[in-house]
Amino acid sequence: MDQLIFASEVMLNGLMTGVMYALVALGFVLIFKASGVFNYAQGVLALFAALTLVGIQNGQVPFAHLINAAFGTSLHHFGWTVPSVLAIALTALVMVGLAFLIEKLVLQHLVGQEPIILFMATIGMAYFLEGLGDVMWGADIKTLDVGLPQGISESIETVTDSWFGYGYFIDRLDIWATVIAALLVAALVAFAQYTKQGRAMRAVADDHQAALSVGISLRFIWVMVWSIAGFVALVAGIMWGTKSGVQFSLSLIALKALPVLMLGGFTSIPGAIVGGLIIGVGEKLFEFSIGPMVGGATENWFAYVLALLFLVFRPQGLFGERIIERV
Amino acid sequence: MNSMTSDGYITADGRQIGGKLMELKNITLRFGGVVAIKDISFDIRQGEIRAIIGPNGAGKSSMLNVVSGFYHPQDGEVWFKGSRRQPMKPHQVAGHGVARTFQNIALFDGMSVLDNIMTGRLNKMKAGFLSQAIWWGKAEREENENRAVVEQIIDFLEIQNIRKTPVGRLPYGLKKRVELARALAAEPQLLLLDEPMAGMNVEEKEDMSRFILDVNDEFGTTICLIEHDMGVVMDLSDRVVVMDYGRKIGDGTPDEVRNNQQVIDAYLGVAHD
Amino acid sequence: MLYREAGDFKTSYRDDSQTFPIKLERWGYYAVVAVAFGIVPFVINDYWASAVLVPFLIYAIAAIGLNVLTGYAGQVSLGTGGFMAVGAYAVYKLMTAFPDVSLLIHVVLAGAITAVVGVLFGLPSLRIKGFYLAVATLAAQFFLVWLFNKVPWFYNYSASGQITAPTRTFMEQAISGPAASASAKYLVCLVFAFLVAWMARNLTRGSIGRRWMAIRDMDIAAEIIGVNPLTAKLSAFAVSSFFIGIAGALLFSVYLGAAEVGEAFGINKSFLVLFMIIIGGLGSIFGSFAGAAFLVLLPVLLKNLLVGNLGWPTDLAAHIELMIVGALIVTFLIVEPHGLARLWSLTKEKLRLWPFPH
Repeated sequence: MDQLIFASEVMLNGLMTGVMYALVALGFVLIFKASGVFNYAQGVLALFAALTLVGIQNGQVPFAHLINAAFGTSLHHFGWTVPSVLAIALTALVMVGLAFLIEKLVLQHLVGQEPIILFMATIGMAYFLEGLGDVMWGADIKTLDVGLPQGISESIETVTDSWFGYGYFIDRLDIWATVIAALLVAALVAFAQYTKQGRAMRAVADDHQAALSVGISLRFIWVMVWSIAGFVALVAGIMWGTKSGVQFSLSLIALKALPVLMLGGFTSIPGAIVGGLIIGVGEKLFEFSIGPMVGGATENWFAYVLALLFLVFRPQGLFGERIIERV
Repeated sequence: MNSMTSDGYITADGRQIGGKLMELKNITLRFGGVVAIKDISFDIRQGEIRAIIGPNGAGKSSMLNVVSGFYHPQDGEVWFKGSRRQPMKPHQVAGHGVARTFQNIALFDGMSVLDNIMTGRLNKMKAGFLSQAIWWGKAEREENENRAVVEQIIDFLEIQNIRKTPVGRLPYGLKKRVELARALAAEPQLLLLDEPMAGMNVEEKEDMSRFILDVNDEFGTTICLIEHDMGVVMDLSDRVVVMDYGRKIGDGTPDEVRNNQQVIDAYLGVAHD
Repeated sequence: MLYREAGDFKTSYRDDSQTFPIKLERWGYYAVVAVAFGIVPFVINDYWASAVLVPFLIYAIAAIGLNVLTGYAGQVSLGTGGFMAVGAYAVYKLMTAFPDVSLLIHVVLAGAITAVVGVLFGLPSLRIKGFYLAVATLAAQFFLVWLFNKVPWFYNYSASGQITAPTRTFMEQAISGPAASASAKYLVCLVFAFLVAWMARNLTRGSIGRRWMAIRDMDIAAEIIGVNPLTAKLSAFAVSSFFIGIAGALLFSVYLGAAEVGEAFGINKSFLVLFMIIIGGLGSIFGSFAGAAFLVLLPVLLKNLLVGNLGWPTDLAAHIELMIVGALIVTFLIVEPHGLARLWSLTKEKLRLWPFPH
């Protein structure tokens, strides 16, 4: 019985992690659908967004490190702080600008290339952005606080204690993150399904040429989806950054979204959501039940192996369509 | 008029055609609920040029895929070289003496013309892994022997000057010729050509027709082809199967087919009342 | 002597299909080999061995391995780091279990073990393609690193969790461990790099290579002309992993001497080798060397320039290096997807026609 209650707590935590995975995976799916690019840099975007947010909040001088080294100055801060809301808005602007630059400098020149080439280009972009983030804001671990509540939720602990005689330990930040992520997921789905831009985006995903011929601007759509992806990255960056500090490991969350995508299919929005939940719950339960026997830290690979085994039996993913090969 | 005998016939231009190389009996092919081919029977005889024609969507390409062994019909039997063919994997087909070209050119763009044609010889190359790794003994000998065969085909199809050119850089008409060369390199008993003249200009069509006839004449290869251009088909082929909506509506010499009322209806359209 | 084919008549198919068909190029190749084997070992010092030449040769082996799989057979892999780890841990276990057997044999055996593991993780390639497969190979990367980190048997229960290479000799010269001299390390790596490049060249010019390239360029057509995708893909995984395993074994035993799996063989190693073949040239043995040289030299040069000359802090230099590498990858993919090897062959093309370009 106790085991069952523990397991249910683990599952709950897994579900909450899963929603975050779903959010990151959604960023991938949107870009993939609209531009056929499998964006490996998504995680680094989150890191970059979080770094920029902290930097703006604390009034850091961008490129201080570089300027100091080059000119022998000793700049570090402007000496002001920026309120969270304004800082978030400014960061969102930076992300839109970044989306614009990516479209202009990279994607435009790679139109019509094979998907795998585009994928490798985004790996290059990830390296560049990682370096840029570090050069701009410094590589030290930073704390991020935008006023989200943190700490163990006492009310849940008391309530569950009175029900099962065991209080669930659940971080309030996780609850907030879950709610915000769920809202954002819902908003994105609604955007893709019901707005004019969303329809245009899906049209582009179906067929670039056909979309062009009915007067949809590819460039606009691409800048738009990359901005959305940047925004999703910002939200993910805030959540994860608040939780465990802004540092390189933040960019690894994107790696976690990859098996989610393999499970759900690269083009399916419901797939990203369901896949995210399955991976979130699956890896937590596996770590809880099998982990102790094999030395723990199974979260590092469980998702991949699960997705791999799944794909071998169903190559098109959970919601993908069956592929018929023709000659 | 051809004189038909039990094990062959003499063509209008006096060539002796042999017995049945392939026989298809009551073939039916379905994709899910869609019937692509319905109850079709015909045969392909040793040494002849056999054409399959029909309007768009008639099921010609599906038929060719059945002949090649890429699709397995749900009903019916395929007899090849006197024995019934069992379902097999696509890569095993080539080993049974069937080679083909594709409607949308399927060459290996990253490789040179020579390497592309050499891939046609892969079934004949058996050198072991180690021998290849150290390029000694069988690997090198076999490479040079097969290269000699390929060079003959290159000469035959008059593409000596583009031997080392990457295939991606070639114009369309030459690509089609390289594809034919690759199929010939396998020394097939049955050569399948999927719209060998699609998208060509008159001159290229004439060249290609000449090569097809020469292949048949010089190597004695049996050829089965799909083609849209009626003029070309009627000139080239010894016998023609006409398909429409997945059914066979005519079968015979070009002259017979030309005068078949059903075929005329299918091609010119007929008032439905 | 000009760079010309004219007058250099080939009278057999054997001559026509040799690796360096042009005389000048052939002589250039002989000269490079002669210098590498005959002169460099006598003039090499510790700095050149450990900063440039030894890592260059080892990464060139790894890049050739990945190029077989990705450049020739078209299967993108992000698991190179994991496979190198297999080679490193295999050679470590072999070295410590059979101390009397030559290290050189152990390195080859470690390659063979890696080949088996590679085939195992290559099995999904029969069902999944493109970046589904690329992501699937990440499973190998993460699982293998985790395995070597968590199962103490692999690191002989050492307290630090590290593996340390004991000293092994060949013809009474130490080739691993702290006593190994710069020229001994260099020669061992050179011999392996030479053999691997030679074998890779042979395999890619013959029927196996054509099978790989056919699968890469158009898998369905390849199948229909008689290429068995099972054997073609798995043989590519086997050969690739064999080479990568050798690279991992050498990296650990000869170059690093001690290694911690997450640090030495993490995902970044996978990307590093992938970048080498993108920059060098997919589907080119020469490109594997060029890419390895480029990415081994770049940090050294940047460090000399930024830290040595300008006196900038090392971490800043490292971050700038990240930016440069990333930007280079994107630039290469945009401007010259075939990498340095293609630039080289274009130059040669120009040279053949020079001074009459039309």
